[in-house]
Amino acid sequence: MLKQVEGSKAVADAVACCRPEVICAYPISPQTHIVEGLSRLVKAGELKNCEFVNVESEFAAMSVAIGSSATGARTYTATASQGLLFMVEAVFNASGLGLPIVMTVANRAIGGPINIWNDHSDSMSQRDSGWIQLYAETNQEAADLHVQAFRIAEELSLPVMVCMDGFILTHASEQVDIPEQEQVDAFLPPYLPRQVLNPDAPISIGAMVGPEAFTEVRYMAHAKTLLALEKIPKVAQDFEKIFHRTSGGLVRSYFCEGAETVVVALGSVLGTIKDVVDELREDGASIGVLGIITFRPFPFEAVKNALKNAKRIVVIEKAFSVGIGGIVAENIKTSIADQATPVYTVIAGLGGRPITKTSLDALFHRAFSDSLGPLTFLDLDQDLVNREIIREGSK
Amino acid sequence: MATAPVKFYQVGSFAVGNRLLPPEQRSIQSDAERTNALTSGHRACQGCGEALGARYALDAAMRATDGKMIAVNATGCLEVFSTPYPESSWRIAWLHSLFGNAPAVATGVAAALKAQGRTDIRVVAQGGDGATVDIGFGALSGMFERNDDVLYICYDNEAYMNTGVQRSGATPPAARTATTQAVGPNPGNVFGQGKNLPRIAMAHEIPYVATATVADLRDLEAKVARAMEFRGARYLHLLVPCPLGWGSASCDTVRIARLATQSGLFPVFEAERGELVSSTPIRQRVGVEDYLKLQSRYGHLFSPKRREDVIDHLQANANRNIWRYNLVNADTKNADLLEPGTLS
Repeated sequence: MLKQVEGSKAVADAVACCRPEVICAYPISPQTHIVEGLSRLVKAGELKNCEFVNVESEFAAMSVAIGSSATGARTYTATASQGLLFMVEAVFNASGLGLPIVMTVANRAIGGPINIWNDHSDSMSQRDSGWIQLYAETNQEAADLHVQAFRIAEELSLPVMVCMDGFILTHASEQVDIPEQEQVDAFLPPYLPRQVLNPDAPISIGAMVGPEAFTEVRYMAHAKTLLALEKIPKVAQDFEKIFHRTSGGLVRSYFCEGAETVVVALGSVLGTIKDVVDELREDGASIGVLGIITFRPFPFEAVKNALKNAKRIVVIEKAFSVGIGGIVAENIKTSIADQATPVYTVIAGLGGRPITKTSLDALFHRAFSDSLGPLTFLDLDQDLVNREIIREGSK
Repeated sequence: MATAPVKFYQVGSFAVGNRLLPPEQRSIQSDAERTNALTSGHRACQGCGEALGARYALDAAMRATDGKMIAVNATGCLEVFSTPYPESSWRIAWLHSLFGNAPAVATGVAAALKAQGRTDIRVVAQGGDGATVDIGFGALSGMFERNDDVLYICYDNEAYMNTGVQRSGATPPAARTATTQAVGPNPGNVFGQGKNLPRIAMAHEIPYVATATVADLRDLEAKVARAMEFRGARYLHLLVPCPLGWGSASCDTVRIARLATQSGLFPVFEAERGELVSSTPIRQRVGVEDYLKLQSRYGHLFSPKRREDVIDHLQANANRNIWRYNLVNADTKNADLLEPGTLS
C-alpha cells in the first residue's frame, strides 16, 4: 500500500509484517523511531505473539536476541553508531553461533569526537563480523530489504544487518509501498531453526573449540557466508515475483555498460550521484554508476563483471580505515586485480557533511581528466588542516 | 522456608541422601533417577565446589520443572570444563554465549518461550561470581528490574578462577589473589563493602532471593525447588569453595563451605520481594580463624607474623552477619563465642 511515511515507520511496518516473535532494543539516534513504532504495535496488540523487550544496553539487546533466536523465535533488533560498537562482542557471537537475527543499522558516525549524524563508520567497522550486510538506497528498498533479510537469514542460518542511512533515510518522509501482510506471508515462510534449545531433545550450543577444530569451524563460516552470493539474487527474484518491484540483490548497475567512468557507492548517496550522472550524460559524458547492495559477503564476480570495461573507477564511501584509506575501494581493487584500471578513492559525507551535486560534479570532472589523487577527502578544508598539521609539528 | 536439618540418630550425623530416610524425604541427589544434568567425565579440578553446586542445583531444577528447562551459561570454569568440543557433560538443553551476557541471553530464551506460548518450559541462567557481580552485573540488574522469568544462579568462589585466581568484586577482604597478592603493609584484598549481590538482588524487590552452600545439600535443593514456585526474576547465590584458588585441600571443599556458614562469614537466608523471610541458624558456632586457617589464601594472616588486627576485622564482619541475619538461636552451640581477638 502506497503511503507517505517516514523511513523508520516504513521499516517498522515492514518488520511487523514479517511476524517477529521477539524484538529487543535500546534507544539510540537515529534508530529510535523504528523501535518506537514496533513497541507501539506490540503494546496495542496489533503485532501478536511478539515480545518487545526494553533492555538496559545494546550489549543486552544483542544478547537477548541470541537467546531468543537460539530458542527458535524470529528475532529483530535495531541499533546505530556507538550502540553497534557497544554490542560488538555479541555481534560476533551471534554470527559464530549461526543465529538468523535481523538487525537494522541506522548508519551514523562513531566518536570521538561524538557526532550523531550519518556516515557508514558504524556498520563498516563490523564488516568482518560474519554478518551479511545489505545497504539500502531508498526508503522503499530499506523496507523491502528487511522482508528479504529474514528469508536470507533463516535459509542460511546467518544474521543479516540491514544498513540504512541515519536521518537521510530514517527521518525522511517519502512515498513508500508498504508490504502487505498477505504478500509477506506468501514470501516468507515461518522460521524453522536448524538447531534449537529444546528440553525434549537437549543439545549443547556454544561449546569451547580448541586449536584442533577452530580453523575448520571458521572455514565453514566462510563457506556458508559465500552461499549468500547465490541466495541473495534468488531471494530478490522471488521478491519481485510477489511484490512486482525490484529491490535488493548483489549490485545494481546504472548505465555501467560501456561507461568509461564508473562511480561505485553504497546507500542513499547513490540518488545524488545518479542525478549528477544524468546531467553529465546529457552533456555527453561516458559515466555510469554501480550501487553495491550486498557488501558482505563481497560480490567479487558481480563487481568484476560490472567494471570490466571501465576506464576508471571512482569509489565514494562514507567511512574509511584510518592509516589506510578506502574500505570499499580496497574490495573493489581486489575484484579487478587483473585489470590496470585506476581506482580513485573518495571519502565523503563523514559525520553528516552533505554530499552536494556541485561537489560531485567537480569531482567527476577531475576524474574525467585523471587528475584525481588516489585518495580524496571530498570538500576537505585543506587550509585548516594544513595549519593544524604545522601547529602540531611545531610542538 | 528453611528446611529442617535431618539428624540421623543411628549414625549421629547430618549426613545427606541417607538411605535411612523414607524415599520421599531423600535428597534428589540420592535418587538414581535424577537427571544428572552435569554428568561425569568433565574436566573440573578435584574437589571443585562449582561442579558440585551446579549438579545439585540443576538436578533440583530439573526435578522441579519435570525436565522442562533450558539452561544458559556464562563463560567461566563451569562452561570451559563442561564443554570441550566435541564433548559435552550437559544432559539438558544448554546455551553458552559470552562472559557478561548470561542474564540477557536467558531473558531472550524466556521471551521466545513466552511468544511461542511455551511458558511451561523454565529458564535457568548460571555464572561464576565474576560473570555475576562484575562483567554481567548490568545485564543481571536489567533482568531483575524487568522481572523476567529466569532463575539466575551465581556460583561464588570469590575470584576469577578460570583465568588464574584474580580478584573479583566478590573477593573477600584480606584474601590473597593473583592481583591482590600477599605483599606490602596490607597484604591481600582491600577491606571494603565488596559487592553483596544477594542484598543488591533484594533491593530490586524480585520475588525470591536465597543463599546456600554446597555443605547443605537439602537446603540447596529446597531453595531451588522454592525458587521454581515463583514466576519472575529469582536469584540464588551459592558459595562454592575452590581448592585451587583458595589454597585448600580437595577433600575439604564441603567442610570449608560449612565453616563459612558456621562462622557467620557466609549467611544462609531467603528473602521474598525484598524482605528477609528466613535464615538458617548456625548449629555450632566457630571463630573465623577455624575457617581461615584451612586456606592458604589467608596464610599471610598467620605467618610470618600473626595479623590480629585483620583477623579481628574479619571476625567483626562475621559478627555483623550474625546480628543482621539472626543466625544464632537457643540451639546454637557456642553461641556466645569469645569476643573477637581472644580466639586461640
